Amino acid sequence: MNIVVCLKQVPGTTEVKIDPNTNTLIRQGIKAIVNPFDSYALEEGVRLKEKFGGKVTVISMGPPQAADMLKEAISVGADEAILLSDMAFAGSDTLATAATLGKAAEKIKTYDLIICGRQTIDGDTGQVGPELAENLGIPFIAYVSKIEEIANGKMRVQRAVEDGYETIESPLPAVITVAKEINVPRMPSLRGLSKSRSAQIPVWTANDIAADKATIGQAGSGTWVVKVFYPQRIQHAEMIKGEPPVQAKTLVEKLREAKII
Amino acid sequence: MEYFLTEEQKTLKSLAHRIAEERILPVRAELDEKEQFPTDLLKEMAASDLFRVFIPEKYEGLGGGSLDLCLIVEELSRVCSAVAVSYAATALGAYAIILYGTEEQKQKYLPAIASGKIAAFGLTEPTAGSDASGIKTTAQKTPEGYILNGTKQFITNGGDAEIYTIIALTDKTRGARGASAFIVEKDTPGFTFGKKEKKIGIRASSTRELIFRNCLIPAENLISKEGMGFIVAMKVLDNSRPGISAQALGIAQGAMETAVDYTRQRIQFGQPLISLPVVQYKLADMALNIEAARALVYAVARTIDSGVKSFTEESAMAKVFASDVAMRVTTDAVQICGGAGYMRDYPLEKMMRDAKITQIYEGSNEVLHNAIAIELRKRKGKRE
Repeated sequence: MNIVVCLKQVPGTTEVKIDPNTNTLIRQGIKAIVNPFDSYALEEGVRLKEKFGGKVTVISMGPPQAADMLKEAISVGADEAILLSDMAFAGSDTLATAATLGKAAEKIKTYDLIICGRQTIDGDTGQVGPELAENLGIPFIAYVSKIEEIANGKMRVQRAVEDGYETIESPLPAVITVAKEINVPRMPSLRGLSKSRSAQIPVWTANDIAADKATIGQAGSGTWVVKVFYPQRIQHAEMIKGEPPVQAKTLVEKLREAKII
Repeated sequence: MEYFLTEEQKTLKSLAHRIAEERILPVRAELDEKEQFPTDLLKEMAASDLFRVFIPEKYEGLGGGSLDLCLIVEELSRVCSAVAVSYAATALGAYAIILYGTEEQKQKYLPAIASGKIAAFGLTEPTAGSDASGIKTTAQKTPEGYILNGTKQFITNGGDAEIYTIIALTDKTRGARGASAFIVEKDTPGFTFGKKEKKIGIRASSTRELIFRNCLIPAENLISKEGMGFIVAMKVLDNSRPGISAQALGIAQGAMETAVDYTRQRIQFGQPLISLPVVQYKLADMALNIEAARALVYAVARTIDSGVKSFTEESAMAKVFASDVAMRVTTDAVQICGGAGYMRDYPLEKMMRDAKITQIYEGSNEVLHNAIAIELRKRKGKRE
């Protein structure tokens, strides 16, 4: 069973700065980490490989420094890693990212399952997984919390929904995004670390994946960030005086006036 | 301090550090409180190949040396020395097979230990501690194999280990020269365990009696030759002692870090505790003693890795020095952190409890002073 896992490098801090010209995150000089949700995707991919055989290929679209993250992925059991890096990919929104990942998946060709994290901790949209499935024309299941069975070209998974779990069966290949409950990602092993030290990470450009320039990078992005701003902090408090029964009565009146209750 | 570690050593040190911080730290207080053996943590450490480090490459290990093991034990002990010793005692149990085992014994047991089977070493008995020649457990040779009878006491990993190296008398009339070393597997009929001991410290580590009652083991489980038991035991302990030094070193390092952290935050007399000269003096004293201990432990580990034949004296020096530093540092750390240091909500009292054993086991510091003095006398005090 061949599995593709999509990883993204995200800033390992909440104190990020915005480029005033492009309104995108300034990623330079910030310690980057693997998007935590993606590490569950990788762990699940490695577990499936250990159970069914085959291989795990991790892909990531990002700057050259993302190669370090891909090496880390090899230390925890990924067999191959490919970095999609090209100035032509810069400024991608989720749509363009999914287009790029989709072209890379087409080039990889032999995959039974593509696993993504449920969302990233920087963009937080959760859109790339479903868009990727749409581009490839294959089924998609979000928030998978357990893979129950894989057999005869089909899988049965459990997915977390608001008030419980759903069990869904789907043909393969398919794309899934996984929730945190699915596993506890392993620590690297010394043999894995040794393998990752010497691993070569191939870099695929827009040409390598035969991407249509109109669908990738800023040109392929449907989203344009017009303005990014911090919400103004307003401190406006009114203290209600008096004994507790009086305070309660006044509060209820005020809430009624404001049509909150 | 620059210790000229190789890339591989830096890698295993940082992996051990990460395992300690991310996996051991969240559960260490609970394991200590419940005196619970860290089975899951050891499995995870095995999956990260830590048990392969001390096993030769030929037997599915990574062929690491004494320094490699010390770096791992130090990092684990910085967070929890009870978990660290459960790991290190497996190396102790494996050393006899690594150093003196037959090819068949190595093939059979070392790959299993490399993949995470826990081992233990049994020498101490109710009548034999520092005086190891006082052992009474016997191994009687019969046509079917050896029959073991007797009781081992205070055995680390006892009951939780699968593979045991046991020292027993094959010839009672010859004293120490009548002892031999054997491999005994858990679940061998006639081999049972006594109660789990209740200890001051390293409470997550399990310590039990091993009881042998007409326990028949195959003749091929004899390690080396009959009569070699004490030589095997002493050599094993010389090899494993740097691991205990590293345990002490890690405890001391962890206690110092915790004390620095606390005294930077705790305000008394209008300033952080760390601004008080008396506190600064104690912290500086910790730092210089820990670094001296580290330099000695690493140097001894490197001496062993260089392939020298005899290192009893060096091995003893590192253990005595590092364990005394650990006891002093943890006691001082509790002292300067005052009430917080003494409370069980805070990790320092555990570190102080854990430090004590490092002065006692794998050769008490007193008996090791004796060993150093014997060597000193032999070489007439001169440096070789």
